[in-house]
Amino acid sequence: MSSLVVKGLSKSFGGVKAVTNVGFEVRKGELLALIGPNGAGKSTCFNMLNGQLKADGGSIKLFGEEIIGLEPRQVWRKGVGRTFQIAATFTSMTVIENVQMALISHHKRLLSMLPFAGSLYKEEAYELLELVSMQDQAERPCGMLAYGDVKRLELAIALANDPQILLMDEPAAGMAPNERIALMQLTADIVKEKDISVLFTEHDMDVVFSHADRVMVLNRGELIALGLPSEIRENEEVQSIYLGTGAVYDEELVGNA
Amino acid sequence: MDFIFIQFLNGLSSASSLFLVASGLSIIFGVTRITNFAHGAFYMMGAYVAYTLTESWMGALGFWGGLIAAAVAVAILGALIEIVLLRRIYNSPELFQLLATFGVTLVIQDLVIQIWGVDDLLGRRAPGMKGAVEIFGQAFPTYELMLIVLGPLCLGALWLLFNKTRWGVLVRAATQDRMMVSALGVNQAWLFTGVFTLGVFLAALGGAVQIPRDAVHNAMDLQIIVEAFVVVVIGGFGNVLGAFLASFIIAELNAFGILLFPKISMILMFLVMAVVLVIRPYGLLGKAEAHPRTALGSVIRPWAPLSKLGKNWVLALGLALVFLPMFAGDFLLNVSTEILIFALFAASLHLMMGVGGMVSFGHAAYFGLGAYGTALLVKFLGLSMGATMVLAPFLAVAGAIIFGWFCVRLSGVYLAMLTLAFAQISWSVIFQWDDVTGGDNGLLGIWPDAWAADQTSFYYVTLAIVGISVYAIRRIVFSPFGYTLRGCRDSLLRADAIGIDRLRIQWFGFVLAGSFAGVGGVLFAYLKGSVFPDYISIPLSVDGLVMVLLGGIQTVAGPIVGAGVFKALSTFIISHTEFWKIILGSFIIVLVVAFPQGIVGFFLEHFSKKKDSIEEGKS
Repeated sequence: MSSLVVKGLSKSFGGVKAVTNVGFEVRKGELLALIGPNGAGKSTCFNMLNGQLKADGGSIKLFGEEIIGLEPRQVWRKGVGRTFQIAATFTSMTVIENVQMALISHHKRLLSMLPFAGSLYKEEAYELLELVSMQDQAERPCGMLAYGDVKRLELAIALANDPQILLMDEPAAGMAPNERIALMQLTADIVKEKDISVLFTEHDMDVVFSHADRVMVLNRGELIALGLPSEIRENEEVQSIYLGTGAVYDEELVGNA
Repeated sequence: MDFIFIQFLNGLSSASSLFLVASGLSIIFGVTRITNFAHGAFYMMGAYVAYTLTESWMGALGFWGGLIAAAVAVAILGALIEIVLLRRIYNSPELFQLLATFGVTLVIQDLVIQIWGVDDLLGRRAPGMKGAVEIFGQAFPTYELMLIVLGPLCLGALWLLFNKTRWGVLVRAATQDRMMVSALGVNQAWLFTGVFTLGVFLAALGGAVQIPRDAVHNAMDLQIIVEAFVVVVIGGFGNVLGAFLASFIIAELNAFGILLFPKISMILMFLVMAVVLVIRPYGLLGKAEAHPRTALGSVIRPWAPLSKLGKNWVLALGLALVFLPMFAGDFLLNVSTEILIFALFAASLHLMMGVGGMVSFGHAAYFGLGAYGTALLVKFLGLSMGATMVLAPFLAVAGAIIFGWFCVRLSGVYLAMLTLAFAQISWSVIFQWDDVTGGDNGLLGIWPDAWAADQTSFYYVTLAIVGISVYAIRRIVFSPFGYTLRGCRDSLLRADAIGIDRLRIQWFGFVLAGSFAGVGGVLFAYLKGSVFPDYISIPLSVDGLVMVLLGGIQTVAGPIVGAGVFKALSTFIISHTEFWKIILGSFIIVLVVAFPQGIVGFFLEHFSKKKDSIEEGKS
């Protein structure tokens, strides 16, 4: 079963075609990786999926419902969570307040003025923090967290509205190697446990090939390959894009990434 | 037809002078990101110094030399101020920079009065340009023709400077991305000083060339600064060509507006600005900032409801206020009532600015609308105090709904300028609509009902309303809505990604803040028994900002403390000295440079127990 079906997605900036006629499906319960060299159109694609960029054309269906053209906040309400390449959190709040904020929005109480926000949905927020192993830092100011922890907090925030699909833009960027593995393992566990899907972009091929169920490759705005990690590894076109010609994919790229 | 053409030429010559001032402002902002409120003061200084020099130096050379020398002298003063003051605050939030330069304005205003007196000064006519030329049978002053040429000439000179010299290329690079420029090893400090000096030179020259046209007087600064801001905002901050276009638009609008719509001539320019900003949020030729600045009020220390100790303090303060009338005389009670009202004003401004991150330079608009709502209801409908107090704030609410809709579409300096513009629109309407508002004379005889007429009773009425309102604001800050408002301030990206409709939330926050300010205005009208255009003017908006800043913008209790200290101090200072503007101005400067965390922030930093736990958590 597919949670997200994308067809004919296109976007150009001025005369430059950033994304051309891209189509793919995200299956329920899978981690789908989106890779490609710099400038391939990964972020453009991502930003169109959650509504931050207006697509020129195409269709994005979430469980059969068209969501193209919606604002990011509306896309979120349909059940699409998002983490950012450069983490975005509310820096003037504590860790748990950040999660509570997302829960308050999920429960549609943004305009409520009577209750104390600090005591709303505290248990739910705490459970989400436990899920990403951040419970010990619940009361810390968000602005003082280590970067890896901010990424985990973002994951907890993204999970607050019981999303059906998570969009994660370079979730492991800027983290130490062991942290990356831990974060992706955590994500994979959550995906299995909640039976949701994840679409993520990533430059680190270690992360991609050890965690993704399937991989798709963008180059110059076009989808050139989509398949199992082993298939993508063997794909000659992909190899030539990443390495020029003739090099051995495994050793060169995985080793140096 | 001939007349229209002459009026068009008049517009052109005004456009030139306006361009001199506005281009300087725009260049300074473009490179240093400082919104220089003192620009009008430099313009005024230019005119005064030029007056003195041309009076003492004889002949044509003395006159033209005098104008140039005046501009150079003021530019040197500007350079000194940049080196001594502005260098310390380049990394501060824009509000601090606006306030610091406003402080400079206040100091210069008082100095000008001390040196040149309060009377208008009539300067010498330009030698060789005293006559007029005949155009379509109408006489047009030669000097004005010279000004018409001066504008494009300056634009050309600036173009050459920025495109054909190494220095100019650096300045343009810094306008686009100053982080990159400093990474390339350019000494930013001197580049900034140079740009600031050039900008001040242009402003002072703009002032100097006015002396044959107009009397030199000590209100020139605020008059020109508001117009220059409008020009720069319309043209796009940092864009010289945009400033030129906008100067032309505004000057012609003024020239013809005064013929076609004399009643609303002052408002036209602000209407144009509002329309431009909604269509093109960064002005006609402007672009969004490459590196957005840290939002005002972003803090490491998350806000928390009062601790036990804090609650005890509030209780003690409350009791003291309740028992105050037992041992205070009428004067002290009167001052205390006023302080209470301004505490509400400051708290409402803080809701918008500290919590919502929307810096307002025109918060007095809602205070003033509340006050005028009161006066109009009493004057025209003869309503009782109770009914008026319920209904009058709705004028402020209506203002905040309309103005807020436009303002929340912008952010940062542009938002601040738009709030200023709307405040000036309100001020203009009230100032010009004599029949209804009494214009400059205000409306008198707005007294409380008999039961609340004496000082003590009115004090209690105020205490009750302010107490309830401040408590309500505090509850809102810690409610889901308050958190949401703060979330929009912290990270738009994140807010958007968790389903928050930023525009609606900020608009609502804007309206709430305006409503509470309006309630303050209602009380103030009854306290004074009259309303004047002053209640809606820039200085009152700035007073509010100083109160919030003094108390500590990054704290919740700050504005209340700030209002108390500021009002008490200013009452004391005004009654003891005539130099209050110099004192207030210096006070603001010191506050911004040396004490940006404010009184409450200072105490929290040094005496709060929470600090230790945060420090421990860090290690």
